[in-house]
Amino acid sequence: MEILVFLIPVALLMGLGGLAAFIWALRSGQYEDLDGAARRILFEENAPDSPPKPPENG
Amino acid sequence: MGLDSYYSQRTLDENARPPIPVESTRSDFGHYTRENADGTQTLHLMVEGLHCAACVWLIERVLERQAGVLSARINMTTRRLVLRWDQGITDAKTLADSVTRLGYRLVPYDPEALGSADKKEERELLLCLAVAGFAASNVMLFSVSLWAGAQVEPETRALMQWYSALIVLPASAFAIRPFALPAWEGLKNRRVTMDFPITLAVVLTLGMSLYEAIAQTGETWFEAAASLLFFLLIGRYLDRRVRAKALSCAEDLTLLQSHAATVLDADGAARSVPASTVRPGDTLIVARGEKICADGIVREGTSTLDRAIVTGESLPSPVRPGEAVPSGAINLEAPLRVEVTAAGEESTLGRMAALAESAGAARNRYTRLADRAARYYAPAVHTLAALTLVFWWGWSGDFHLALTHAVAVLIVTCPCALALAVPAVQVAAASTLLRFGVLLKRPEALEKLDEIDTVVFDKTGTLTNGDFRLAGEDSSSALRAAARLAAASAHPLSRALIRAAGPVEPLAGVCEVPGQGLEAPDGARLGTAVFCGASGVEGDTELTLLHYREAAGTIHRFAFSDALRPDSARTVAAFRGAGIATALLSGDREGPVRAAALLTGIADWRAQARPEDKHDFLMEKEKAGRRILMIGDGINDAPALAAAHVSMSPGSAADLSRNAADIVLQGDRLESSFAAFRLARRAMRAARQNFAISIGYNVVAVPLAMAGLITPLWAAAFMSASSITVMLNALKLSGEKAWKSSFS
Repeated sequence: MEILVFLIPVALLMGLGGLAAFIWALRSGQYEDLDGAARRILFEENAPDSPPKPPENG
Repeated sequence: MGLDSYYSQRTLDENARPPIPVESTRSDFGHYTRENADGTQTLHLMVEGLHCAACVWLIERVLERQAGVLSARINMTTRRLVLRWDQGITDAKTLADSVTRLGYRLVPYDPEALGSADKKEERELLLCLAVAGFAASNVMLFSVSLWAGAQVEPETRALMQWYSALIVLPASAFAIRPFALPAWEGLKNRRVTMDFPITLAVVLTLGMSLYEAIAQTGETWFEAAASLLFFLLIGRYLDRRVRAKALSCAEDLTLLQSHAATVLDADGAARSVPASTVRPGDTLIVARGEKICADGIVREGTSTLDRAIVTGESLPSPVRPGEAVPSGAINLEAPLRVEVTAAGEESTLGRMAALAESAGAARNRYTRLADRAARYYAPAVHTLAALTLVFWWGWSGDFHLALTHAVAVLIVTCPCALALAVPAVQVAAASTLLRFGVLLKRPEALEKLDEIDTVVFDKTGTLTNGDFRLAGEDSSSALRAAARLAAASAHPLSRALIRAAGPVEPLAGVCEVPGQGLEAPDGARLGTAVFCGASGVEGDTELTLLHYREAAGTIHRFAFSDALRPDSARTVAAFRGAGIATALLSGDREGPVRAAALLTGIADWRAQARPEDKHDFLMEKEKAGRRILMIGDGINDAPALAAAHVSMSPGSAADLSRNAADIVLQGDRLESSFAAFRLARRAMRAARQNFAISIGYNVVAVPLAMAGLITPLWAAAFMSASSITVMLNALKLSGEKAWKSSFS
């Protein structure tokens, strides 16, 4: 069981890493707009440079 | 732009009126633009007219393509845009115009002035949550392995306990602050709130575990303390989210105060002033595309308004001189001169904001019960824990065992479920209703709405849209004379008469006999046939009639047609489908009332009902044990509404104080009444469930804990489970989905 002396600190360090990541995410404002984050993945990034088509109006 | 496939596939609703494009906004961007240290400028704006993520995408792309823009980002939860640009290349007006040209409206605001304190608190809470969660889950590594039966030597076990202590003690010191600080504040003021037992429980658990780790005489409970904090913080965070939704509703409404209005001076010069300084009696000039910042009456100009912020509907509605306009409406077509009647807190938006804020303070039967219980709870909890300690110590002589059981009791008796959840249901339901235009004047209205078994409709203005039109042409002098009398009354028929006659000078000294008509000083009368002495040769027409008797005695008849609302029949059917009996009470003649009853499917109807008749009808039914929801005219029909168990009235926030109903429905959809009823039912059901869960849990868990059958860890698990279940139950009632699903 001597391996535990090594494994436990490793596990704790990983846990701390997770916590640090969460705190960073919180501080950088990633929790400000949860609805937006969900939908932004669907946004087209670089729209094709075709001339804009005028909308047909009813 | 990449929208080609969208445009080739979409279809348009031919029945919808095309939206009216807005040319330019008059807004004081300069006032709100901030300079940054690196020479760029930043502006915070509220965006109106957003429907979905595609709107956000469109606005951000359009802005990003403008020269000089460094970043443009819209927060979809709060609908606020943050814009940053290079001052040398472009300016706020150009950028704003590029968006308003698309049909959206932008209102600049000062981010400092809005609830940033609450945001910080929420972040702190989330941080404590994260730290507690980290501690709990990592310490579980040790505990779970031990429970699973790992055979370890005592030294290893001691090592694990010390590691747990090392993690949990600092983490708990950090994460207990949301409970410990209020508990300390309460103690200083000699008040014991529920935060105190929680803090006590955690501190005792930690202390006991530390002692065990040093003395090695038993089990440690570090993971219990950390898990307890973790789950309690989840419950508290969820509670904040529910309240934050209600608050941001209020914030959006008060944002109106933060921009500029144009006021006409006595000498005819136009001045730009902050909207918060506008007073009743001022004359506002509202340009095309501008938002009206106070309630008022149009004095000059004809235009159409978008009242979406007040009623939730965005179809433009026309306005003319003499008509009232609510604050928050957007002027779409032509400039208007508006005389202010109510501003700031007294205005429509001001009142709605106040209602939104007070949604949290609402008290229903369960909250009141919970409040009373809370007062006895804290002493009861401590007493039970002390009893457990004394009993077990005496019985077994083992202080450590006794303390363990006492701590378990402390944890398990926490009535967090009771305290948090029932108010959360109320806040969630009330703020959902407010967002969709249903105003609760009295908080008990929600509870009462749940109890009804009959709904009684008025006809004019409720089942019909109150938009009377004069049938047939009539430009006679009699019409104008009658209109002079009618100018003294707010009755829908009077207003229709005035609309048909054109602007007339009101007659002085007119007195109104409620339910009958108006009488002029010279003896002329305008009103029902009986009131004007007309004999009943009217036929059975479906039109509503108004009689006018000149001072000389000649009797004229004006016929009005009044269309049913498009959703009246649907609403009546929905109530019937839910097992609610329906009835129709109207002061109008038999012809129109029978037609309305037929069209909406109501079997029980009465015509020619005067206010006293309506009152008696309702009292009779109430005495027979029925609980009635009366939907009628809150301004003209107050006695009838007062006789019902709960009342609703179509109206607006501007008339809130004059409106005698318990609930005011804004907008033109009668269906909202049914949706409000359904939401009230679901809210009360959720409140009952939550109450049952909290009480049931305590009844079961407390004896078990006192009997020593629950370890502190299980106590934490049970208590948290009850707390979270109850919060999630309340959350179901908030948001758009909850509202939309209430219509069926």
